[in-house]
Amino acid sequence: MIWVNAIVQGLLLGGLYALFACGLSLMFGVMRIVNLAHGDMAVLAAFLVYSIIITTPIGVLGATLIVLPLFAVFGYLVQTGILSPALRTGPLSTLLATFGLSIVIQNALQQGYSADTRALDVGSLVSASLHITGQLSVAYLSLITFGLAIVVLVALQLFLSRTGTGRIMRATADDPEAATLSGANPRHVYGIATAIAFATVALAGLMFAMQSSFSPSIGPTRLIFAFEAVVIGGLGSLWGTLVGGMVLGLAQTIGAQVDPAFTLLAGHLIFLAVLAFRPQGLIAARRTA
Amino acid sequence: MNLLVVDQLTVRHGQLTAVNAVSLDVADGTTLAVIGANGAGKTTLLRAIAGTIMPAGGTVTYDGQNVTRVPAHRLAANGIRLVPEGRRLFPSLTVEENLLAGAYRRRTGPWNVNSVIELFPWIGQRRRQSARSLSGGEQQAVAIGRALMGNPRLLLLDEISLGLSPVAVQGLYAALPDIRAAGTTVLLVEQDVSQALRVADRVLCLLEGRPVLTGSPAELTPEAIETAYFGLTRRAS
Repeated sequence: MIWVNAIVQGLLLGGLYALFACGLSLMFGVMRIVNLAHGDMAVLAAFLVYSIIITTPIGVLGATLIVLPLFAVFGYLVQTGILSPALRTGPLSTLLATFGLSIVIQNALQQGYSADTRALDVGSLVSASLHITGQLSVAYLSLITFGLAIVVLVALQLFLSRTGTGRIMRATADDPEAATLSGANPRHVYGIATAIAFATVALAGLMFAMQSSFSPSIGPTRLIFAFEAVVIGGLGSLWGTLVGGMVLGLAQTIGAQVDPAFTLLAGHLIFLAVLAFRPQGLIAARRTA
Repeated sequence: MNLLVVDQLTVRHGQLTAVNAVSLDVADGTTLAVIGANGAGKTTLLRAIAGTIMPAGGTVTYDGQNVTRVPAHRLAANGIRLVPEGRRLFPSLTVEENLLAGAYRRRTGPWNVNSVIELFPWIGQRRRQSARSLSGGEQQAVAIGRALMGNPRLLLLDEISLGLSPVAVQGLYAALPDIRAAGTTVLLVEQDVSQALRVADRVLCLLEGRPVLTGSPAELTPEAIETAYFGLTRRAS
């Protein structure tokens, strides 16, 4: 039963990783931008919500509803103001720009909040759980996170395949100049992609923050999980990201079951194995252009 | 009324002047064919009109407005649609999605997925297929359909016959009367002179970036076209 428990917990944890990684996957898929500040965005969102709930009477849910649209706007501005101009000079510039952004955010947070570790207080929800059998119970928070991840991924998939904006986003990813001939302004399309990416990473950051503590410098450590989920699943494929997140989550919880010291190592080993034996990822993206 | 007026347009690629002081006008509802040998500046001229490349001098006036420096996506939304050289379909999208992408910023008008399928009936059975799986001629048809989805007033066709079999080329040109019947003004660039003469109301021949001959197909003699096309100057005998 402990193994069943490890598998269930691993799958649920995978949902969080997938939610966290889908923005990274989207930005890479649409613009070929590797956002090194992705993890720091998650941490920044957590601190913002933390500040709102301790300085105002607004609760976690209300603060989340404020911070998500704020991050979408922030993403649009970062893309049109910093990343799109950097894109014109090549992929290395965007890498440097996001690396710089990562350092700025970490230092600003350290300046504003000190290096102390914080946690988001969600009251009794943090320990409440659903008892399935005597030995198997799952935390409501994990279930909620997993549910949110599925909702976000399905919504994103529907957006990309069914809406005009989603379609032109995929078209722009294929061939930006040909997309302008259909009336698309790549700057605007890229802005929307980054807005979505930032909003999802903010949501993931908040779910992280409700389940474990966070500090200003933890972003890069988190970022590696997103990278691993994306690479295990296959670059540029959203379902791949979900599968990748779950494989990573499973590896970590099963590794922890063997020996708690193996938790992170097991995830990294799976990641390395995928890179070595199936570099296109478990679910190869349909896009090859 | 002239839908498009190009005045003294000059476009440079670095040191090379690809289009040199070209002036032309296209009356609403008519078809102008720009012919010329490889490297005559035909594609560059179309790209400058469509806004994907900025000219060094001269003006482009569309529907009475100076649009010389208006970016391509705004022009596309306002009814100038370019079918680019090399087709440039979106390979990860299906055939139907390629058409729908063309409708992203569209004017109102007669063209939609169904009317494009009426124009090229084979698309009906293959709409769910990946655009990558199509033959060159089929891709060209979808590229034209994608441009039509925006309900253009001015359709710019860049060498739609390039690299295609004569049968495929015929199939594409057979669609042109239906496109013009919808009131669309067409500016096409073509290396295949006989094909261009068959469909155009007027012809402009470019040589090394300069206009060297213009007229209606009826009034141009084959000799005059040949001379202009190849830049031959006949010695008086």
